[in-house]
Amino acid sequence: MKAKYSSPQQFFRQRRMRLTVVLVILLLIYFGSVLLVNFNTFSSLAQIPAGLVWLFKTFIPNQHTTTYLGPIFYQLWRTLIVSISSTICAALLSLIFAVLGAKTTSPNRVLQLTVRFGASLLRNIPVVAWAMILLFSFKQSDFTGFLALFFMTLGYLTRAFTETIEDLDTEKLHALQAVGANYFQCVFCGVLPEAASTMTSWVLYMIENNIRDATLVGILTGTGIGFLFNQYFKSIRYDAAGLIVLLIAALVIVLELTSTQIRRAIA
Amino acid sequence: MIENSSSEPKIVKPKVPNTERISLMTKPRLILRSVLAVLGLVTIYSLVTIDMAGLKLKDAFHSLGLNLNAMFLHPNVGQDSWSVLLRGLSTSIALTLLTTLLGAVIAFFIAVFSARNLSPTWVANTLKAVMAFIRSIPTIIWVLIYSAVMGLGANAAVVGLTFHSIAYLVKAYSESIEETPQATIEALKASGVRFWPIIFQAILPSIVPALLSWTFIRFEINFANAVAVGAAAGADDIGYYLFMASGFYFDFHEVGLIVYLLLGFAIILELISMRLRGHYLKSN
Repeated sequence: MKAKYSSPQQFFRQRRMRLTVVLVILLLIYFGSVLLVNFNTFSSLAQIPAGLVWLFKTFIPNQHTTTYLGPIFYQLWRTLIVSISSTICAALLSLIFAVLGAKTTSPNRVLQLTVRFGASLLRNIPVVAWAMILLFSFKQSDFTGFLALFFMTLGYLTRAFTETIEDLDTEKLHALQAVGANYFQCVFCGVLPEAASTMTSWVLYMIENNIRDATLVGILTGTGIGFLFNQYFKSIRYDAAGLIVLLIAALVIVLELTSTQIRRAIA
Repeated sequence: MIENSSSEPKIVKPKVPNTERISLMTKPRLILRSVLAVLGLVTIYSLVTIDMAGLKLKDAFHSLGLNLNAMFLHPNVGQDSWSVLLRGLSTSIALTLLTTLLGAVIAFFIAVFSARNLSPTWVANTLKAVMAFIRSIPTIIWVLIYSAVMGLGANAAVVGLTFHSIAYLVKAYSESIEETPQATIEALKASGVRFWPIIFQAILPSIVPALLSWTFIRFEINFANAVAVGAAAGADDIGYYLFMASGFYFDFHEVGLIVYLLLGFAIILELISMRLRGHYLKSN
């Protein structure tokens, strides 16, 4: 912005004007949304502390809760390995798609557009729709959860990998082509080793994310830790539900710390 | 007879200098490979032991194909009407706008206190730990918890979604604030500028692009979450109709139409984000 101001006063006046306009627009959006959603700002915000107090009173696990530990740990373990395996399977497939779809390595333009469009489609179909469609065909099994996570991850990772490949320096690729390397040599010796650490950190991020999504998918499809939470929550066994919440939080935090360490080590 | 009396000629061979063996297997590579190997092993184990509930894959994929065909090739409004669905979509969008705005404003003030260069270390660390804990619990669980406290409805959905947005944005914002050079803050402090003017006159203007792009990312996430949460909290948004159509009426034609509506909005969002990113890159 290279506007000329004749005096500092004018500069500040202009800036205040612009700020006021932005604020008014934001307030209009806010109150419009409040009307549409039927949200009571003050009474709801006032209930937040009460909610937290209620949460800490009823969700604290007691000595009775230990009887639930067995099934909870089993489902938590299943959820963990299902989210890892769905991420890895999706990563393998999206690696192929990304190589075919990235601008720098794509064999042709039609393929490039197809991959982009397909990934965008997979990404934007909501979780609820995925879970329900798959539940209808694959029944209530871990495999349904696996597939729902797999398709969503496929969409995200294809986009992330495509962008990673496109961000690489194209000069190395040109150099390889100039010395007579063929397409596969270019891809396997020039592109993939260079992108490997960024891609691994995307994979680690998706694993974390899938654990969180697995809860929702589980509630909808009746599998894994989400189903168990829903069951305990609906039957007012809040101590067990609280234990699940605590364990999910612990698992996610441990995963986050581990993947930060790994990222630092492979960077 | 001429005899070569001298003994064998002395041949001086060039000595190979002691070089270190160069290995392409550096430590980061080794760690990378072992991480991938472990993940691969877990994947194989999980795929072998996964519970298929006696599923016949061929039949399942056949019925999946039929359902997808009904969804994407023959969408219609089914039980509800266009006006109901469009109202549901606008409710979802409003829910997203509301939670993102509320989250952004509250998160900014918390972020100021959890940035290491602005507030004491112990305050920053405590706030960051609390936010990490809130972030690690899935949005849907927050919404369920608040719907138990406040009763089903939009209020619980808004509060639950906002909660998670705040925790996410505090991390992003405080990292942006921490990128402001220490010298700027020191200089302003030394010339007697107080706490809030430093933030609103010096720090905020320099990090606005970063804040905007993080907020927009969160907006996209919130839209997906709002749809997902609608069913659980009964907020009367498009997610609720989607859940009813797929879980109760088994009307895949209607599911298809709703998915198309959501896709349309998502594509608009993606176009905006591409333009924003282009604008942001150009101005730098």
